[in-house]
Amino acid sequence: MRIELRDQPFSPLAELAEYQAELEQRLSGQYGATAIFIGTMRDINEGAAVRGMTLEHYPGMTERQLQRMVEAAFQEWPLLDALVLHRVGALQPNDPIVLIAVWSAHRAEAFAACRFLIEELKSKAPLWKRETLTSGSRWVEHNTAAPD
Amino acid sequence: MAIHVKYFASLRDRLGRAGDELEASAGLTVAGVWAALHPDAPLPPNTLTAVNLDYAELTQAVREGDEVAFFPPVTGG
Repeated sequence: MRIELRDQPFSPLAELAEYQAELEQRLSGQYGATAIFIGTMRDINEGAAVRGMTLEHYPGMTERQLQRMVEAAFQEWPLLDALVLHRVGALQPNDPIVLIAVWSAHRAEAFAACRFLIEELKSKAPLWKRETLTSGSRWVEHNTAAPD
Repeated sequence: MAIHVKYFASLRDRLGRAGDELEASAGLTVAGVWAALHPDAPLPPNTLTAVNLDYAELTQAVREGDEVAFFPPVTGG
């Protein structure tokens, strides 16, 4: 299991490949399903062009809440491993914001746990986006509700 | 007792500071911490609260040395 906040841009697919190489040694032959979610910064939000973004966090609490979410997912489903990376600091459009990957024997629990983790993260992890617009900046006031 | 208070994101900007140090008598709740520091300003709707890095209800009692945080809805991911 790996849960990290990153203050520099990262490549989700490169991170995934590196983590999975290590996992192939440790869990050889055990996992049949890997579910992945990657969140990326868009250049438009609520009708306004967004030039950049700053992600603020609550050092200590953010890491602890992410840890609790992953532990809850392991309680709920028979998972083999999980990887959660989230950016903080200054971002530009197209920068990856979050990577969530979940490994399990079968697809149902991998999909369910991955979905659970991103929805929990979006509603409970202490992280706040401030968008830089063409003129001025604004705090994002709330996340969109989880779709059905 | 000494309580360490933190504010984040838009709430910090609105208050103009990242935190407060409160010297209070025993028996205070999270809601009481806010009221003691901001007697003229009710807690903004939807504000989230935490004690010692975990979410806490407004009715939770605080203790000597606790870190109490107030912040707006989270927008990560």
